[in-house]
This record gives sequence, C-alpha cells and structure tokens, in this order.
Amino acid sequence: MRHGKYPFIVGFLFLPILLYVGLVLWPYAQTFGYSLTDWSGQSQEMNFVGLDNYTKLLGDEVFLGALWHNLLLLAVLPVATILIALFFAFMLNVGGKGGTGGVQGVAGAAFYKVVFFFPQVLSIAILAVLWQAVYRSDAAGLANGALIKLGLVDPQHPMEWLNSPNLVLWCIMGVLVWGGVGFYLVLFSAAMQSIPKDIYEAALLDGAKRGQTFFKITLPLLWETIQTAWVYLAIVAMDAFALVASMTPGRTYGGGPDHHSELMSTYLMRNFLAFGEAGYACAMGVVIFFFTLILSVVSLRVTRRERIEY
Amino acid sequence: MSTSIDKTGTVPAQRSVKPRPPVKEARFGDGGGVLNVFSHGFLAIWAVMIIFPLAWVVLGSFKTDSQINTSAWSWPTEWSFKNFGTAWEKGIGGYFANTLIVLAGSLTLTMLLGAMAAYVLARYEFKGNRPIYFLFVAGAMFPVYLALVPLFFMVRNLGEISPYLGLNSYAGLILVYTAYSLPFTVFFLHSFFRTLPTAIHEAAMLDGCSHSRAFFRVMVPMAKPGLISVGIFNVLGQWNQYILPVTLMQPTSAGEADHSMLAQGLVNLALQSGYKSDAPALFAGMTIAMLPVLVVYLSFQRQVQSGLTSATLK
Repeated sequence: MRHGKYPFIVGFLFLPILLYVGLVLWPYAQTFGYSLTDWSGQSQEMNFVGLDNYTKLLGDEVFLGALWHNLLLLAVLPVATILIALFFAFMLNVGGKGGTGGVQGVAGAAFYKVVFFFPQVLSIAILAVLWQAVYRSDAAGLANGALIKLGLVDPQHPMEWLNSPNLVLWCIMGVLVWGGVGFYLVLFSAAMQSIPKDIYEAALLDGAKRGQTFFKITLPLLWETIQTAWVYLAIVAMDAFALVASMTPGRTYGGGPDHHSELMSTYLMRNFLAFGEAGYACAMGVVIFFFTLILSVVSLRVTRRERIEY
Repeated sequence: MSTSIDKTGTVPAQRSVKPRPPVKEARFGDGGGVLNVFSHGFLAIWAVMIIFPLAWVVLGSFKTDSQINTSAWSWPTEWSFKNFGTAWEKGIGGYFANTLIVLAGSLTLTMLLGAMAAYVLARYEFKGNRPIYFLFVAGAMFPVYLALVPLFFMVRNLGEISPYLGLNSYAGLILVYTAYSLPFTVFFLHSFFRTLPTAIHEAAMLDGCSHSRAFFRVMVPMAKPGLISVGIFNVLGQWNQYILPVTLMQPTSAGEADHSMLAQGLVNLALQSGYKSDAPALFAGMTIAMLPVLVVYLSFQRQVQSGLTSATLK
C-alpha cells in the first residue's frame, strides 16, 4: 500500500504547482516589486522609487475618480442585484398559490428561471456590444426607440445614454444588474429549496402571513448564501472592465465621457498598454488587491451569523 | 359565471355539475391575489427585458444598414443571410475556432491537473500538504489585475523560449487560463474527494492497483458529479474571460495572424464599425456568437444551473 507513495505524490503535484506558481503566484509577487519602480515596461531599465507611485496615485484626480466610481458600484450593485434576485426567488419558490397547503412557486417558475439565466451564459463582452446597440444615442437605439414610442422622449432630441456624464455609470450598472439577477435568483432558489417544507407548513398553520414567513423563515435560513452572493458581487464591482472598456467612449479602454465612467481596472490598462507606465499600473494593481481583500474580509465578518442547521 | 354557482351550490351538487380542477385556495392569508398579479407582472416584464434585446439583435442581423441606422423599430424586408456571410468574412468564424481551440485545451488541462492536485492533497498525508493546499486556495482570493503587468512580460518571455508559447499563441493562453482556474478547481475538488468513501479505493489497492491507476480507474469515475460541476464553472469562466485575452492575445508584429478570442474579436468589430458603420455585420456577428451558446444552454440548462450553484456554494 505504501509502495511508491512519494514518487506518485511528487509526480501528480509537480505540473500543477509549476504552472500555478510560475504563472499566478510569481506575477502576483512581482507586481508588489514593480510598483516601487519607475518601470515603463518597454525596456528593462527601471529605478527604485520607493512609494512615489503611491503618493502619485493619491494626487491623481482620474484615479481617485475611478476609485470613487468603483465604490459607488460597490454600494449599489450588490444591494440592487440581491434585492431583485431575492424577490424573484421567493416568488418562484414559495410565493405561488399552493394546492392543498403545499408550498410551491408561481406558475411558469421553471420558464422564468431558464430565461433569467440567459445573460450568464453569454460572454460579458458580447453583452457589452449588445447593450452598446441598445444605448445608441440616436433613435435607432432600442432604449431611445422604446421611449420615443411611449412618447417620453422627443424624437428630435433622444437621450445621450453613454455620452452623458451623469448617466453613463448608471447605464453600466443597469447592465450589470440586468445580467446578474438570473444567476443569484438560481443561487437563492437552490438554497430555498433545501429549506424543509414542513417549516413553512408549520408557520402557515400558526397563521403566518406571506411577509412574515419571508422575514422570519426564509431570510435567516438564507443568510449564508446571501453572504456568498455579496462577496461575489463585490468582486464583480471591482472589475467591470469588459463593459466599460467596450461600451463607453474614450481613448483606449473607454472610461468616458471625460472619465465619468472610469474604473480602476480601465485606468490600469490604459497606463500599462497605452501610456507605457508599467510601474504605475502595478501600484494600481496593488490598490485593487487591497480593496478586494478588505472587502471580502469585511463582508464575511459583518454578515457573519450563527450557522443554522436544519 | 361559474364562481356564482360554486358559491351557492352545495359540495355534492358542485361535483355533479362538471369535473373541474380543485379550487385553488390563496395561502398566506388575504391579499395574496394582489401581490400575485404584481409579482407576475414584474416577472413577465423582466423576462421581456431579457428576451427582447436578444431577439432585437437577431432581427437586426437581417436588416440593411440604413434600416438599422434610422429606427429601432424597422422590420427586416428581405430575409437573406448575406450579413452572416459578411460577419464570417470579417473574422467571426476564425474567432470562434480560436475560442474553441483554447477552451478545449485549457479545459482538459484544468480538469486533469486540478483533479490530480486536489486528489493528492485530499487523500494523502505527507509533509507540506497543508501549506501547499493553502497556497492554492489563496490564489482564488486575488484579483487578476494584481498579476496583469508581470504576466504580460512573463508570457512574452515564454515566447522567446518557444514561439508556440508566447503572446498571441494558443498554448500560451491555454497555460494561463489553466493556471488561473487551478485555485478554485483544486479547492472545490479537494472537498469533493474527501467525501468519497475510502473502502473502494482500499480494495482496489489491495487488488494490486497502482496509485495512479486507482486514481484514473476508481476515483475519477466516482468523482464525476463534482467534476461536472466544476467543469461547467470553468467552461463559463473561461468562455467569459475578457481581460486575459485582451492583454495576451495581441499581435506583436504586423504580419502575425489574428488569434483573437470570440468576445475580443467581436468588441474589436464593434469599435471598428463605429467608424466604418457596418451595423448589420456586427448584429450578425453577435447572433453567431450568441445562438450556439443559447442552444447548448437550453439543452443542458438543468445541469448548468445546478452545477454552477453547487460550485458557487461550496
């Protein structure tokens, strides 16, 4: 039984570890080092400049704006997505009119679950191109076309969705919520279905109303899943690169108009690949890393509840 | 009209009138009806909001340029597939093939290496087991942006060793996809292998099975549900990948072949068409990129949904 154990262990672990350390961990570690240099990325020439890149970041209006946009996304996106998904999940799983006391979803629940999930299987870049066509600033865009049909918008002056400084970030958020709800709906549905039906039935016998069963039973038992969803959405909010880079106006990797939809990720890519400021871009990568780290730790702590076994 | 009969008639009389489904009672006390109308309305609106833009794009791929550019509500006049041909010529076919090649390679490699590492870490005791496991798991926490700049130069240097591994190469991207999929794959399969019974494995070993034979012949088949879950997760993750190909799959010299992934190529086409204005080809390209995925999803939607949720909730 013990024969050949160690050669086997080494043989099975060698390639995965080589690949993982070489292409993931080593670049991660290098970024911290490069962020302390003035490296342009084009040549091998680099000088140690200490924390200069970080102090420069603190005074960089564009980066601070991008950071603010990421924080705004972070505040709105998880709340909006989770609330809508929870509402839908409740309707689809326990909100329907039951037969004789049974707990079930509304009619057509299976259909809705399949359709709402569509955006998840389509690549986010494809969705970006699609929504760019929807948000066109002339009457040929679907959003403007619909509003003109409803008489809400003057055909001569359609809405400038993605070109408007005040609207552009909300347009991006709309797409993120639109695309994300389906996945979290399915996630919450799975969690709701694992809640024993007799808990609901007992509550119904005791005369609980729909709202009460939701807040007193479903929500507490779902807490851990909501927490998971929160962390995932926080990571999405720190990213959102594909949408901004391909939907919004602006020189290389979007972010326009006039940096009003700039995110840390788009600014990082522009500094790296267009401006040739690799060291500065690395410093941004480190900032994104610490934000993500703090976020996951905080959201895991804040939302921690006692685990309920059933 | 039937409700008045129901209310007045006694129960046996009601049965004799005609067979009909049992009257549905509103549960959760009063007010359920109003809320149901409201929620049904909301669900239906959301469904329309999902389906309508997709259908609009598919319709757009049959329109002419001027039809697309004048009004959102024009209806295609001639149902020809000309636009699909144009889109294909603009490279969509090639992008599709590139994506499939890379996905086939990276998925196979991810599953193989991930399962191997997870298996050894989950079922063998040796010095350094825990540190290696935590090393893997830690990678799942880090955003890819942290690695982007050094990764670019790392892959470029790989290209100097062999042109098949460098920037704008399939193998290079396959290795990068695999490396970045490993943390989660190992994490998920680690807990999965731990739950499998030891008895069968021990019996196989007593029968003279070697360690690696026991893995491929006994453990992998037993771990199939877990492998499918994490496989679906990886298919979607690597299919949706955008930042890595944008960074790594760019031609380093003018004459080099365009190895763009589908998403990347489509975005380039969209940015281009802003100037050249070939909206029908763009819509056709989107349709080509969307429809196969939707068809596959619709055929396997149960597995996709359950696989993805179990992978996420681990």
